[in-house]
Amino acid sequence: MNGWSNEIASEIFPMVLEGFWTVLKVTFVAGILAIGLGLVVAIAEQTAPAWVRRPLSGLMQFIRNTPLLVQALFVWYTTSLYINPEWSAFAVGSVVLGLHYASYTSESYRAGIEAIPPGQWEAATALSLPAYRTWGVVILPQMMRRSTAAVANWIIAMFKEVPVLFAIGVFEMIAQVDKYQGLHYAGALEGYTIAGLLFLAASYPVAVATRRLENRLAKSHY
Amino acid sequence: MLSPTTDTDPIIRFDRVNKSFGDLDVLKGLSFEIGAGERVTLIGPSGSGKTTILRLLMTLELVTPVKDPDDNGGVIWVEGKPYSHMEKGGKLHVASERYLRQRRQKVGMVFQQFNLFPNMKVLRNVTEAQVHTLKRSKEEAESKARELLDLVGLSDKVDNYPNQLSGGQQQRVAIARALAMDPDILLLDEVTSALDPELVADVLGVLRDVADTTNITMLIVTHEMGFARDVSNRVMMFDQGVIVEEDTPDKIFSDPQEVRTQDFLRAVLAE
Ligand SMILES: Nc1ncnc2c1ncn2[C@@H]1O[C@H](COP(=O)(O)OP(=O)(O)O)[C@@H](O)[C@H]1O
Ligand SMILES: [Mg+2]
Repeated sequence: MNGWSNEIASEIFPMVLEGFWTVLKVTFVAGILAIGLGLVVAIAEQTAPAWVRRPLSGLMQFIRNTPLLVQALFVWYTTSLYINPEWSAFAVGSVVLGLHYASYTSESYRAGIEAIPPGQWEAATALSLPAYRTWGVVILPQMMRRSTAAVANWIIAMFKEVPVLFAIGVFEMIAQVDKYQGLHYAGALEGYTIAGLLFLAASYPVAVATRRLENRLAKSHY
Repeated sequence: MLSPTTDTDPIIRFDRVNKSFGDLDVLKGLSFEIGAGERVTLIGPSGSGKTTILRLLMTLELVTPVKDPDDNGGVIWVEGKPYSHMEKGGKLHVASERYLRQRRQKVGMVFQQFNLFPNMKVLRNVTEAQVHTLKRSKEEAESKARELLDLVGLSDKVDNYPNQLSGGQQQRVAIARALAMDPDILLLDEVTSALDPELVADVLGVLRDVADTTNITMLIVTHEMGFARDVSNRVMMFDQGVIVEEDTPDKIFSDPQEVRTQDFLRAVLAE
């Protein structure tokens, strides 16, 4: 293998970019799942009856304690064998990734809920507020202020883990470089360098924005 | 009984009420009655169970159940109806959450730490439960809130957030918030203890106004003996969950009969 080639770089660039576009799409779908499901899980863990809460907490702990790669492969093979072989790697991969990170974001939400002083719940009770108001206008807004930065950090972490889904055939950047290599026996250095730079270019501004958001939340009225 | 109203049904009745936290029995068969419109001050050393009594009335704590409540009590009654319990098939059962939610609407509480909703402006703090608990229209709730905020001297703060107010101002908003629900019973748990000394007078002034201009039944826990003397009809001295002595404020403060009351008052006045 030789050193860096500008020619190969410019040839592989559009392919890597296409893979990166896939990464963004997966991040978007999985991100919505992680943000939404994590919240549902966190609320359920506080409000649901024990026969829902216990298994749910157990499942979340199981998901957090096993590798994403294993989960992705397991779900990919079991769904295609037993449920529907037509499901795309993109769909299955996004769902697995979203669920995996929901198990983390739910913890950030939980911490945000538990940090709210008990007096807030007691005031809501003393005013006989219906549960949906207590959650909707008292607890969740105060939780959001405390949890948003942590959840944003999980989404950034998730974005950087999308390439794991290469293992089940999601056509992201590694897959693109792999394909190029298969045809030309070259391009790994250029492809992975470009991939790394694209990740950096995308996550740096997001990290800065998160930091700024954190500062702004800290200065808000509550 | 000393209260002028005990010839009518009591608005609050504790009938041999028990409350334990784990192994700690805070209330052991406590009984007392409070008449409608009465102002009763609860005094006593820290840990004697005063807050627990108020929290039971606000349903923030639940009584420790007793077997056969029809015979053995362990029940709180409010406005002539079981409160900690409910009647089902002619017998008393521990109240369901739904029953409590409905019954506690007539009870309001002001907390030591104010507990305003920090994410809502002052006006919204006072309208939120009017609209969503009492189902008042937004207009009605706002006009009531402005009226009450005017009463507590904060008409110019309606658009501020709680953390832009002093402690005394926050506590006055909390009083307005509780009054907006038109409670029959108002519970006040050391509402000036968290305040800087120079802010106490304004809050007590507001409460004196409320006592003078309404017939709300008030249960007051306070170390402000002058205030207790002025607003209450009756003072109950607690120690270890038991009423040691109760009398009119004049008698209790000038001529306490029990040694424990004498010791307690001496300690408070020495502060
Ligand atoms: N949630 C709780 N868990 C355990 N012990 C409690 C709890 N609340 C109160 N206690 C205990 O009950 C006793 C009475 O407390 P409290 O009613 O707050 O007294 P007071 O208001 O007169 O100071 C104290 O010993 C206190 O430590
Ligand atoms: Mg207390």
